[in-house]
This record gives sequence, C-alpha cells and structure tokens, in this order.
Amino acid sequence: MLRVVGTSTRRGWLASVATLLTLAAQVAEAQFNVVIREGSEAAVPVAIVPFGWQGTGTPAFDFAGVVSADLASSGRFAPVATRDMVSRPTQASQVNFQDWRLLDASYLVIGTLAPDSAPDTFTATFQLFNVTSGQPMTGFRLQAARTDLRKAAHRISDMVFKEITGIEGVFSTQIAYVSEERLRDGTRQFRLIVSDADGENANKVAESTQPLLSPSWSPDARRLAYVSFEGGVSGVYIQTLRTGTRERVSQRAGVNSSPAFSPDGRSLALVLSRDTGNLDIHSLDLSTQVLRQLTTDAAIDTEPSWSADGRSIYFNSDRAGGPQIYRVGTEAGQRAERITFDCVYCARPRVSPDGKYVALVNGENNRYRIAVWNVQQRRLELLTPDGRLDESPSFAPNGAQIIYATRENGKGILASVSTDGRFKTQIASVAGDVREPVWGPFPRP
Amino acid sequence: MRSSLLVLATALTLTLTACNRGNTVPEDTGANTGADGGLATEGAGGGGGVQVSPLEAERQARLAELMRQLVVYFDYDQAEILPEFNALLQAHGQYLAQNPNTQVRLEGHTDERGSREYNIGLGERRAQAVRRVLMLQGVAATQLTTVSYGEERPAQTGSDEESWRLNRRVELVYR
Repeated sequence: MLRVVGTSTRRGWLASVATLLTLAAQVAEAQFNVVIREGSEAAVPVAIVPFGWQGTGTPAFDFAGVVSADLASSGRFAPVATRDMVSRPTQASQVNFQDWRLLDASYLVIGTLAPDSAPDTFTATFQLFNVTSGQPMTGFRLQAARTDLRKAAHRISDMVFKEITGIEGVFSTQIAYVSEERLRDGTRQFRLIVSDADGENANKVAESTQPLLSPSWSPDARRLAYVSFEGGVSGVYIQTLRTGTRERVSQRAGVNSSPAFSPDGRSLALVLSRDTGNLDIHSLDLSTQVLRQLTTDAAIDTEPSWSADGRSIYFNSDRAGGPQIYRVGTEAGQRAERITFDCVYCARPRVSPDGKYVALVNGENNRYRIAVWNVQQRRLELLTPDGRLDESPSFAPNGAQIIYATRENGKGILASVSTDGRFKTQIASVAGDVREPVWGPFPRP
Repeated sequence: MRSSLLVLATALTLTLTACNRGNTVPEDTGANTGADGGLATEGAGGGGGVQVSPLEAERQARLAELMRQLVVYFDYDQAEILPEFNALLQAHGQYLAQNPNTQVRLEGHTDERGSREYNIGLGERRAQAVRRVLMLQGVAATQLTTVSYGEERPAQTGSDEESWRLNRRVELVYR
C-alpha cells in the first residue's frame, strides 16, 4: 500500500498506487549493488537532507539515502555529502538558503517521516526548493506500509526529477538482466534476474546451466520473453513474472532467438533459421500462433526492435557485407529499407520511445561502443567514446537514458549514459558477470 | 607386416566405434601415436637400409589422426572454411558417409566481440558452412544437426587475440 497526497504547493492531487508486481515463489538474491563510480562534471549539485524521524528509536527508513542514490544514478545530479551539511532542516521554516548557496547546491529536498496510528504504516512528507530563488517548487505527503517505504522513496525521486528536469523519472521501474557465475566444479550458472532500477529487490526469474539470453519485456511489464538453450537447443519462452508460469513459444529446427514484444503485446517478433539455416525476422501472433516471415534475404537478419507505433521493425542485417541497421514495415510483403550507411559495424538496434533515435552497437577498429542514430538528421552520435566492449543498449522508458553492458577487469558490468551522451554512470556488480540489461516499462497504476 | 596392418585397422575401427558410442573425443587407442604406433619405421627392420612402409597404413593413420580433431576454426566475422581444415572435414565426411547411422551435432561459436544475437547468427552460419562441406562428401542431412551458441559458450574466457581465435569455432560432437 502506497498513497501519495499533494501538499503545500501548486499541485494538490491524490493518487493511490497499486502494489507493484511481486515475483511469487522466488528467492531474493542480492545480485549486485549499484555503485555510482563515475559522475559527470555537468551534474547538478542537489542537497537531500536526512528526513526528520518523528517516531522512537532508529528511523524506519533512510529516505534521503535512497533519493540521493536515485538522483545520482541518473548521472544528472551530484548529491551533497551529508557530512558537509551545516544545517539539517526538516521543515520549510528551518531552511536558511544561504547555508545551501555556500555548498553550491542548486536544489534542496527536506522531509519528515512519522509512524501512523495503524501498525507498520508511515507517513512521509517532502519539499523541494530552488536554492537560487529561495522558492518552494513542490511537496507531497506519502503514506506507505513498512514494506513499501522503498517504493515511496522512489516515488519521491521521480517527482523531484520531473520537477527539476521536466523528464519523467524512471526510479520506480524495473530492469531485467542476465548473470553468469562459474562454479568451482567448472559448470556455469546462467540466471535471468529482475530487479528494481537501482538493483535492489533482485529476483531470479530463471536459472540454467545452459545459456539464457535476450530478455524482452511485455509492454504491461507482466511477462518476459527470453531465449534458453536448455536441452542443448535454442528455444524462445514467455514467462509470467507473478506466477512463474512459462510457455515455450518456439523451438523450431535451427535458431530460435531475439524475441521482442510488439507495443500492443499481441505479437512477438523473433528470429528463426528453420530448415534453411538462414536467419530471418518473423512475427508470431501470440493468440492465433500464426507466424509471418518479414524478411527473406540470405543474410543474417536479426535483433528486431519495434517502432512505438508497431508499424515497422528495425533490425540488423549483414546483407551489404557487414552488420547495418534496416527497417521493414510489419504489413505483409514490405521491402526492407537500409537506415545506416556510415558505420563499419552497426548492430543491435533499439528504437527510442519517441522514435527519434535508434540506439545501437558501433564497431570500428576493434572497439565496440554505444551510439545513437538520429533518425531525422540521419546522423550517428557516439555516446561512449571511451568504450571497448560495450553492448546491449536499452532505452529507459522516458527515452532519456540508456543502460548497456560493458566489461571491466574481465568482468561483465552495467553502465548507463544519457541519450545526449552528457551524463554517464557506471554500475558495479558485486559478484559474477552481469549483462544484457533491459529496461522495463513504466509501472501501470 | 600383415598382422601389424590388421592391428592398425582394428585400432582404427575401435577408434571409430568409440565415436559411435557417443564420445565427443574418440579414445586414444595408440594406433597413431609415435609411442607404439611406430608407423614410419614399420617394415624398416629387415630391409637392409631401405625403408619400406605401406601407404595404405599411412593413409589410415593420417585419417585416424584427422578423426580425432573435432574443431574447425574461423577468421573474425567470417564463416569461410579455411584451407587448413579441408583435410579434417574430408576425413569426417568420408567416415560419416560410410557410417550413415552415425550422427554429428555441429556447434557453432564466435568470439565475444560485437552483439550477442548477431553472433548467434554468425555461429549458425559457421555450423552451416561445415554442414555443407560434409554433405558434399555424401553425408545425409539426417546425420547432421546444427546449433549456434554464439558467444555464450567460449572455449577460452580471456579478452585477447588468442582467446578470440580459439573461440571462433565449430565443434563436431559425435552422438
């Protein structure tokens, strides 16, 4: 249970947020902790003061800690260290803006946390101020059960982020990724994990000694499609997260790979080689099981990504010699159109939610880096110029941030970059190799 | 002379039978090792300085050696069969054509560079290239299955040229 109530300032809406999906019968495993190791010089300093605790004993939850970590993870904000704060106001009347101007903080968040009369229920309030003008910007009251306090903190992060940047926050979303662990006896353990966007609440969705890859979210965030090599053959599966029930949707001869849900959730694009050994993009109607072949070229056609309107699919094909991005209409019998020309190796396209960009892997001179293709300007923009083995870019649902996989010291780690390339963060994993991060959609109320 | 040939032939048969029983790597029967195979010196004893060795036995030994090689390597982003693997594939092709009940699974792999799904495609293309060469030797389509693991099951875990070279491969797995 989490309730959000507008307070003091210009908005006064009341919203109730249904409990996010929880993964039934799964053991939570702390697969990685997010550690921001590389901030950006362009990051805006923001002060999140520890919330005033109005109960007894230790505070029920560290709101300021979670909100700070959230804002830092976007790369756009640099939270002021708590130890540098000369005052710790918890109410508007206690704020001395000069204290914060001296710390170069552009924005200030203060708040309180108090137990409710109902057991294990709490009320948090927060207020956001513009330090330069000394004016309040927004403020809300949130009610939440103890188990939903982290969720409430993410909601505060979303509201603060939106108020300052004008962009929807993605701190209440989830990500899926694949981890691989080598056990002492040499066997390998592949796991498909779903966690909150900050890496917390990691839940194992599937586990296998054979490779798992290419997770894809359904648009309602309730299901994941993925590839499993269980039994020594490739198959495409769809698993319902809440129940763990899963369905094998394709295990035809040859390659069964690269699933991608259509924006309406009714179809699944996938890549099949069938009897010919030649990979082509197909679209499977999930209710009728009718399979339509969308490409027929003798080249490798793979990595489909739907446009937001569902009318076209971007994909990777090496029909011109090396991997390049193409687009094909999803109506029957359409011809594919080549999109990228000026890259040596452009693979793994992912269309942004607004359709303006295609994130991809750009390979050149033995370096693989994340780039975006600007669809209108027909221009490639390199986002990770220092990268060497970057792969698997995935847009956040707000379109402003891209999470991707890279390698560091022989280990797979995750990183993110803003779509304009200005803000970068690295996400350090604690154990094992992690890769193929896929950002889930906004939670539905 | 005759008997040693017989031993060799038996050893070779044993090797190939071992394949049939599903071993990934045929057992080392010693048929073609320098230790006790001793092919090159076979028959040299009584010849008075003239070395005489049976060509058929040499051919069989060479064949057995090739049959023990179960990996074909590839250049970066390529699925062309390199000339140095022609003899290997010819040996396996002939053997499979002569043993139509034997099945082989062709597992295609790539190095870690580039995108994972494209590498699934590249691994499949490599497995298909090997499949085509084997079928040209008269191997039936029903004897061959392909699977591509892309970069998901590397033979070497390093991120260097040598690891990458050893990971760009098709493995022949006898069933």
